[in-house]
Amino acid sequence: MMVSTESGLLLAAILFVLGLVGVLVRRNIIFMLLSIEIMLNAAGLAFIVAGARWGQVEGQVMFVFILTIAAAEVAIALALVLWMARRVRTLDIDRASTLKEQS
Amino acid sequence: MDTAFYIAGGIAILATLMVITRLNAVHALLYLIVSLLAVAVTFYTLGAPFAAALEVIIYAGAIMVLFVFVIMLLNLGPESARRERALLSPGMWVGPGVLALILLAEFVLLASHAWWPAQGTGAMVSPKSLGIALFSTYLLGVELASMLLLAALVGALHLGRKLRRGED
Repeated sequence: MMVSTESGLLLAAILFVLGLVGVLVRRNIIFMLLSIEIMLNAAGLAFIVAGARWGQVEGQVMFVFILTIAAAEVAIALALVLWMARRVRTLDIDRASTLKEQS
Repeated sequence: MDTAFYIAGGIAILATLMVITRLNAVHALLYLIVSLLAVAVTFYTLGAPFAAALEVIIYAGAIMVLFVFVIMLLNLGPESARRERALLSPGMWVGPGVLALILLAEFVLLASHAWWPAQGTGAMVSPKSLGIALFSTYLLGVELASMLLLAALVGALHLGRKLRRGED
């Protein structure tokens, strides 16, 4: 009847790794932001699974905080994306590399 | 309950895989919304119905709408009408639609059989106890979160303002 904690944590780990792969592989900044959302969501899933394992409310409290952080992060990040699209005229982060030392 | 969790988890993994492999941002967003809905169903089966509602309302609702706004803002131009017609082609909706229908059927089944999460085991955490914990034990965290949101609001406003001439 009960979902086992192991499978819940495994699902969270798989989702987190998929998000990490997305950040590492994709070069479009919109897709990197989506992957960061996936990773935050997987962390929240891990908290919910742990909270359900012990029947404690703290897991959901942490999930609410993660939700808040995700909302704040995405607001700033999307403002930066718009700024970057106006200034650098690209969404490819490899081409927005003016800080890199020219060799 | 167990089966519902595994089906929803499988849909979440499948949809997330589609997200990180799509080339079109709007198609990736559709799959990400399906993935978030699937995670919401797993929250429901784990005995956290309030967290499931928050996931749908805030993640799949508010945050994804922000993404759609930004993508549409970036697409302004003469060719945007043609591209939007391409986005609305029916073939694009089949994948996310089928996955979302499976989730909907699962949810209706869960609700109609009154399989309330973890019935009788005491594992379900009610929204009431969550609210009590948030506004008593974790009051400081809630205040800090509100400060964080305010800072994000001011920061986004500052970054999004129009630059005056001569200002870099």
